Amino acid sequence: MKDILKLSAYEMSQKLIAGELTSVELTQACLDRIAEVDGKVQAFLLVDEQGAMHTARLVDEKRARGEELPAFAGVPVAIKDNICVNGMKTTCASKMLENWVSPYDATVISKIKKEMMPIIGKTNMDEFAMGSSTEHSAFQRTCNPWDLDRIPGGSGGGSAAAVAAYMVPLALGSDTGGSIRQPGAVTGTVGAKPTYGRISRYGLVAMASSLDQIGPVARTVQDAAMLQSIIGGYDEYDSTSLQEDAYDVVRALEENTDLSKMRIGIVKELSGEGYDKGVRDTFDNILDILKERGANIIEVSCPSFEYALSAYYLIMPAEVSSNLARFDGVHYGARILPKEGPVTAETMMATTRGEAFGDEVKRRIILGTYALSSGHVDDYYMSAQRVRTLIQRDFEAAYKEVDVLLSPTSPVVAFKFGDKMNDPLAMYLNDIATIPANLAGIPGISIPAGLSQGLPVGLQVLAPAHKDARMYAVANEIEKILNPIWGGNILEQAPVLEGE
Amino acid sequence: MHTIPKEEVARIAGLARLALTDEEIERMTGEFDVIANAIDRVSEIATSDVPATSHPIPLTNVMREDEVKECIDRESVLACAPESENGRFLVPQILGEE
Repeated sequence: MKDILKLSAYEMSQKLIAGELTSVELTQACLDRIAEVDGKVQAFLLVDEQGAMHTARLVDEKRARGEELPAFAGVPVAIKDNICVNGMKTTCASKMLENWVSPYDATVISKIKKEMMPIIGKTNMDEFAMGSSTEHSAFQRTCNPWDLDRIPGGSGGGSAAAVAAYMVPLALGSDTGGSIRQPGAVTGTVGAKPTYGRISRYGLVAMASSLDQIGPVARTVQDAAMLQSIIGGYDEYDSTSLQEDAYDVVRALEENTDLSKMRIGIVKELSGEGYDKGVRDTFDNILDILKERGANIIEVSCPSFEYALSAYYLIMPAEVSSNLARFDGVHYGARILPKEGPVTAETMMATTRGEAFGDEVKRRIILGTYALSSGHVDDYYMSAQRVRTLIQRDFEAAYKEVDVLLSPTSPVVAFKFGDKMNDPLAMYLNDIATIPANLAGIPGISIPAGLSQGLPVGLQVLAPAHKDARMYAVANEIEKILNPIWGGNILEQAPVLEGE
Repeated sequence: MHTIPKEEVARIAGLARLALTDEEIERMTGEFDVIANAIDRVSEIATSDVPATSHPIPLTNVMREDEVKECIDRESVLACAPESENGRFLVPQILGEE
């Protein structure tokens, strides 16, 4: 593996600007690394060597001519396979869309293209972003680069594993209940879910529209902030898009944030029961380190968080059942006709959906349809939305006392394949600390917190809605404190991954 | 203990246009009992005096002038479909079914 691959995206961009590196060299190094190790990791569903090299050559030519280029021009990026790239397959890791080629670019992709970042390929995920281990992919099993017998988290396990294994410095993910942050935690990478609406969802295959948010996957907080600034901002194609400054998150890192002047909250309900001892110890250790540095740590209570998982598993499936109704064997993707009985539009739809969707997707569609069906909608769906209000109120009350909240990102380290596949509820519990942020629309980021049993533990930093800049600033300061203790990025401590 | 009977799971699958095998219905029925008990908890604290929140960030509807603009052309859209004919999506028989 070439040393340049260990650089952060920002450092790569500086070398490109200084003429010490070309985008062709860098992109080729990424492609070589993929060829070397992705047979083992299986992070990518598609690698677009030609397209990526074409962009890289274009960037190098323009730079050679002295043209002014965007900051990250020439820095490669990978895309989760539920984000549409024109002319490229977008499968959502589902048989339903196995051969579907997107006829348009998502807004985030238009922005990546404008930035002239080579798109290396599409990454594996749980089918339609439903899962916490990437085991629900219809196509392949992505392995955690720290231990190939373990899961890389989910649903964005492919993006996290690709970044952790130095195949690409940056990737895009989507986070509905933790699908960027939890894979970040268990792979020792950085993953952020911005405030709902900061990044356009246009061209993201919808899972649960009031919860879905695209966000950056990176190895440093700075890289994540820069990628968010590139893909963020108002978009007329997304009616839930916010009119906010996209670059404030980068500026926030340039100002030094004094942690001793911040009120740092820890949520009583987001640790303790259900969290591994190793995860709790790692988290407590971080708090001790921060206290030594003068941080003012305050415990707050958010009593309704106890009900967040229950509310989420009503609201999310309800929206899933509605959003996935569009996969009907008519407009896009698979069409499967019944083998017996009459062939009508209706039997075709039922057969297509029954055969082309995987178990977890079907489970959630049925759960959502049940929650919305007459006789249950008041007890279930409306109650869940009331809980959502209570969770928002808990956050509001907490943020009157503190500036940011800290918690472990995931209650456990990466588990072994198959451990939770036959127990849906156990799988759902992986997102217990990440879900409240989605329900309330607030920003959250996971950064490496240390190791337990030789595996990465994630630290989550949560900030009030619209305060993404504060979230990045605090995460950046904590990273600055922790990296010297580890002697560099925590990924340096991962077992060396090489080809056959 | 809240349970969802097998017949109800089959009925809901029908409403969602999901053709499931008997084995799938059997398995999912067992799983739903566990999940149902977990989600039932929402009614414990969600009293009717608490307003419902459907969306995390307060938003108002976005309006714009109805202007003719370029969009994805029909051929590209139909190229994604399993079957099309004469510029339209083609579906199996929808009327006159038994």
